[in-house]
Amino acid sequence: MLPIGQRITASLQMIKALLRQPASALGTLIAAFFLFLALFGGQLAPYPNPNDQSHNARVSPTLDIGSLQFGEHPFGTDRLGRDVYSRVILGASSIFRIAGLGTLFSVLIGSALGLLMGYRGGMFDEITGRVIDALMAIPALLLALVMVGIIRNMDFDIGSWQAELSNNVVLLVIAVLYVPVVARVARSATLDIKTREFVEAAEIRGETTAYILFREILPSVIPALVVEASLRFSYAIFLVASLGFLGFGARPPSPDWGLMVNENRGGYYQLTPWALEFPALAIAILVIAVNLMSDGIRRAVQKSA
Amino acid sequence: MLRFARRRLFFFLFTYVLSSLIIFFLLRVLPGDPAKVIAGGREAAPEQVAEIRAELGLDVPLPEQYLSWAGNFLRGDWGKTIAFRGADNRDLILERSRNSARLAFIALALSVPLSLVLGVIAGLSENKLPDVLISLLTLSVVSLPEFVTGLFLINTVALRWGRGPLASAIGWWFPASSAVPANASFGEMLPALWLPAIAATLVLLAYISRLTRAGVIEELKRDYVRTAALKGISRRSVILRHVLRNALLPTITVIAISISWLISGLVVIEFVFGFPGLGSLLIAAIERRDLPLVQSIVMVTVTVVLCANLFADAAYALLNPRIKLE
Amino acid sequence: MMTPASDLLLEIEDLTLSYRIDKRWIPAVRNFQLKLARGQVYGLVGESGSGKSTIAMALMRFLSGNGRVESGAKMRFAGEDLLGKSAAEMRAIWAKRIKLVPQNAGAALNPSMRVGPQVLESIRAAIGIDGVEAERAMMRMFHDVNLIDPEKVARRYPHELSGGMQQRVMIAMALVSNPELLILDEPTTGLDVTTEAVILDLIRQLIAERDTGVLYITHNLGVVAQLCERVTVLYAGEIMEDDRADDLFHQAWHPYTLGLLGSLPRPGQNKRDALLHPIDGNPPALKDSSHACAFAERCAFAEDICRDVKPPLESLPDGRAIRCHRWREIRDGELHLVADDSAAAEPAHEGRAQSLMRVADLTKHFTVGRSLADVLSHSAPPPIRAVDGVDLALNAGQALGLVGESGSGKTTLARLIVGLQERTGGKLELLGMDIRNSVRERSPDVLAKIQMVFQNPQNALNPYMSVRDAIRRPLIKLRGMNPGDADAEALALLRSVNLRADYADRFPGELSGGEKQRVAIARAFASDPDLIICDEPVSALDVSVQAAVLNLLARLQDQNGTAYLFISHDLAAVGYLADTIAVMYLGQLFEVAGREDLFQPPFHPYTEALFAAIPVADPRHRVEATLLSDALPSAQYIPGGCRFHTRCPRAIGPICEEEEPPWRDAGAGHVIRCHIPIEELTEAQTKSAAGAAMD
Ligand code: SF4
Ligand code: SF4
Repeated sequence: MLPIGQRITASLQMIKALLRQPASALGTLIAAFFLFLALFGGQLAPYPNPNDQSHNARVSPTLDIGSLQFGEHPFGTDRLGRDVYSRVILGASSIFRIAGLGTLFSVLIGSALGLLMGYRGGMFDEITGRVIDALMAIPALLLALVMVGIIRNMDFDIGSWQAELSNNVVLLVIAVLYVPVVARVARSATLDIKTREFVEAAEIRGETTAYILFREILPSVIPALVVEASLRFSYAIFLVASLGFLGFGARPPSPDWGLMVNENRGGYYQLTPWALEFPALAIAILVIAVNLMSDGIRRAVQKSA
Repeated sequence: MLRFARRRLFFFLFTYVLSSLIIFFLLRVLPGDPAKVIAGGREAAPEQVAEIRAELGLDVPLPEQYLSWAGNFLRGDWGKTIAFRGADNRDLILERSRNSARLAFIALALSVPLSLVLGVIAGLSENKLPDVLISLLTLSVVSLPEFVTGLFLINTVALRWGRGPLASAIGWWFPASSAVPANASFGEMLPALWLPAIAATLVLLAYISRLTRAGVIEELKRDYVRTAALKGISRRSVILRHVLRNALLPTITVIAISISWLISGLVVIEFVFGFPGLGSLLIAAIERRDLPLVQSIVMVTVTVVLCANLFADAAYALLNPRIKLE
Repeated sequence: MMTPASDLLLEIEDLTLSYRIDKRWIPAVRNFQLKLARGQVYGLVGESGSGKSTIAMALMRFLSGNGRVESGAKMRFAGEDLLGKSAAEMRAIWAKRIKLVPQNAGAALNPSMRVGPQVLESIRAAIGIDGVEAERAMMRMFHDVNLIDPEKVARRYPHELSGGMQQRVMIAMALVSNPELLILDEPTTGLDVTTEAVILDLIRQLIAERDTGVLYITHNLGVVAQLCERVTVLYAGEIMEDDRADDLFHQAWHPYTLGLLGSLPRPGQNKRDALLHPIDGNPPALKDSSHACAFAERCAFAEDICRDVKPPLESLPDGRAIRCHRWREIRDGELHLVADDSAAAEPAHEGRAQSLMRVADLTKHFTVGRSLADVLSHSAPPPIRAVDGVDLALNAGQALGLVGESGSGKTTLARLIVGLQERTGGKLELLGMDIRNSVRERSPDVLAKIQMVFQNPQNALNPYMSVRDAIRRPLIKLRGMNPGDADAEALALLRSVNLRADYADRFPGELSGGEKQRVAIARAFASDPDLIICDEPVSALDVSVQAAVLNLLARLQDQNGTAYLFISHDLAAVGYLADTIAVMYLGQLFEVAGREDLFQPPFHPYTEALFAAIPVADPRHRVEATLLSDALPSAQYIPGGCRFHTRCPRAIGPICEEEEPPWRDAGAGHVIRCHIPIEELTEAQTKSAAGAAMD
């Protein structure tokens, strides 16, 4: 019964509209390129082990843009003799996994919550709304820091799992952190849609709440959710990088971009500036690209509405 | 009006209490025993843990703990630090808050006028060259994480240019490190404030200017703008007297919301620059597992955010005639 | 009727306007022409998409960025070439000489500025006076537009004024400079009939005192007939016919004009007397069609030549202009609209009227702004009494009409019956059984028996659900059909609302407003209900489409023996479709009457006013109506006694203010709730009707 055909045409149209704006098209392309790195980084990196310290330390970048020669260590090696190029490539996967899955979870939970709040209204909405307000009164990064800090400290028995766990902690935190925001967006979109008469027609037919929420209301709310999801994704990348930089993300020696920036600043910067600059550049380019993309998605959705 | 004020005030208090509950339970209920942490982790002797629990008041039921903590917070008794050699939490936090507030003040003073101007220009020239340029600027350069811009400012502006011919001037205005003594006066601190303030300005610029732009574009489409134009008054008057008046009203709320944003940004910026503000204190406190200190810091930021929202609501209601009757 | 050249105020020739859509310029108005004399009131009539508002904007040189005037156009205003004016010169003209009163005055006023300064700004720009002098001019003007308490109004913000008052302010603002040309663009659309009547009366009076040329733009033929000397009928951006109002309304020669007039129910006309003549098809979309008559797709008289050659706009010696290949045949009476004069049949079961639904003392009080804060602080404002004790009975197969102004509570009443809102008091019986409050508690059987057709077809259908699925769903859900049977039945339903089978796979975005409403009607009939509630089912549709939907509703009712509760603000539409009519005011019924009885004395004083307010599409039928003030009291603070006493033109003193009036029986099920005895009402109203006829 789902109008899949129409859904696909609509999505194709939106992608077309997205690609028609040069800046957003470029952003989308770059983001796609990074996604590619994230998926196939293991095969692409010249040294698949990010912590391979067998190279000479502090080798300057061998990348020559003019002649497109990559050389042995295109981005140089850091003070411990690790290949920066490989580490940057391998770092893409964790940022995409954490930001992407975190956003996905928050959008799923947040939109279900928002739909219910908007449709049910009344005290349920009011009280949930207040809790959301209260959560949002805590600045996002602070909440994230506190949660990561505490969860990380909570148990010492996990031992070798710790690095893995702390990555997932950030994922979890992103999911929790963005639920209120997404719920708000979903709620206000639902409030708008639920007064439409086709929803009342469904009520007059005696449809269940689940049917009304997911079959009648959700399709019309999806455009707003897509826009919000892309925006959240760009914030999530931002946040993952920031947490990593602050030392609250991945644990050393993982090839996390934020962490790499942090490890190579200060005095080390004088010695191996490239070890800071390339991961910083990677973050900058990815964030800008995702921003341009999400801006394009917003425009495309607005236009088609 | 009175009804409106009462409602707002009620919501403010309600939200405030809820936030404090969230913070409290987040720090207490999440698995992990602060006492054990303080006592030294897994190997800690049980007696020692119990002793610390009693000392922190962790051995009574949770609601009681919450009430005594909330009461102490309101009374201004925020306890002693664990991590900072027993300094009084309140003195420490207030001093650091003052420093952060200096930074925030400069950032707001720079970013609000600038982003309003940019937003209005972009809005008035929708999809034309100035708009496209401003949009690209705000979207890209400014959406970078604070630590990237911060490091760029340090490494390029302060360090690289600071060694050139303008060394002495740049060196004074833009020192590479902002790690000044926490109790320095505003004047002494000023040189250390510039670079972090610029980084913080960029955080807000994008946000405020984009929402201003959207507001202007939306208002321009309204019927009353046509009415005003067809009165035969100049375009300048149409925009100044009619469009901006309505378009800039919601900006008050936007600025208030951006305070919360700014606080997040300041944490990173203070860390990058080594500035002795509330944010760097928070990170230190978390790293040293000083939970009571963390709790108080977060409560202070929540207070600031909620007060800013309340203030914005009040200002909006006073300036927007349509709210008064509600 | 030639106008002396010196009197000519506005002369437009060969005006073609295009819009840029997807990188192509598509003409929205073609070869428009107009000659407007000083002091003349000219009507410009057209449906949505006819380009009438575009013309107004072009005339003011205020087209939006994606619109342009094609070369070759001539626009002369008081002898000056408007198209050659610079921006500064146009500003001077806007300030003083050409004024616009737009639709939706509420949006046209700056929401964050008090009314006074907005008007003063206009005065300053127009006359160059300031300070006390300007203020005095404003007060004089406010007085002229009958604003009560002008000082107070000037200090108000626009949202604090009613729709009627906002429009008065706009009119004051426009007339204060004594403009030579006044453009009124649907100034009463969106207002209640009663308010519309007051504003029209005001406009008529104000322009009679002045030498202002007026261009009155509207879709409402009734308004044109009441106000204009001369009328241009636009269709798809082209002039179809242009003539003196009197001739146009009595001897239209153009098929489109004839169609429009035929699709309007006259007050008192009922489906059982004669069906309306709808115009087939949909209103035109903006497209490039230069080689055919724009109306050919919908015209009953279209021939091959109509589809190949665009008819020229012919100017006839008597001053009429017409664009049709076949106007001579129509003039000579050789062509008639093939009138489906068969009236709808009387419902078979009317004799042994079986009671379907009874409503007793139904109430709905809304608590206002009850938020968490109010609950906890025990303070809440008085409730809104939207429905305040309504008794109603409906027989099987009967059509009950419900009329009232907006804010009368008629929509709330409908929603209570259908269960979308929970009543706060009273009883609701269907087929002798009590039925539950809300849809959530009702059994599928009950749900299947009551269905609804909504006002706004734009929102009535889920944009992500195909027509087939929309109609199939109630078949499966409420009639328990299996998907295969439901499919076949859905197609049959589509056919019954005159839509081709290939519409089944379309989505609402691909349908016109009228088509959407047909689908919504099919969906409502799908569960084979006993009662369908039609909440303003045609008021969002274009005039030419309304009649077809009304006829469809009439036919389906007779075929299925379904009862209707037909809600509308339009007394004529209600009168056309309903067998019995109830008049509602501020949550209560004032009058219930059979269709034959409602349109003649005795009326309830409120019904009388509603009736008088209808703008009749006949210039020879201009009534000086007993006008109501446009201030409907709030349902939160309902006046005591007779709740109509604050506006009643026939109020008889303190009793009306103090005591609730009794129901009085006028015979044959006709009841009136008023303190005035039936005989006196009949007498007084017959007299005033006679008086009006003598004028
Ligand atoms: S030209 Fe033909 S199609 Fe057009 S209105 Fe006349 S008869 Fe109808
Ligand atoms: S009771 Fe009085 S106020 Fe009410 S309608 Fe009759 S005459 Fe008018």
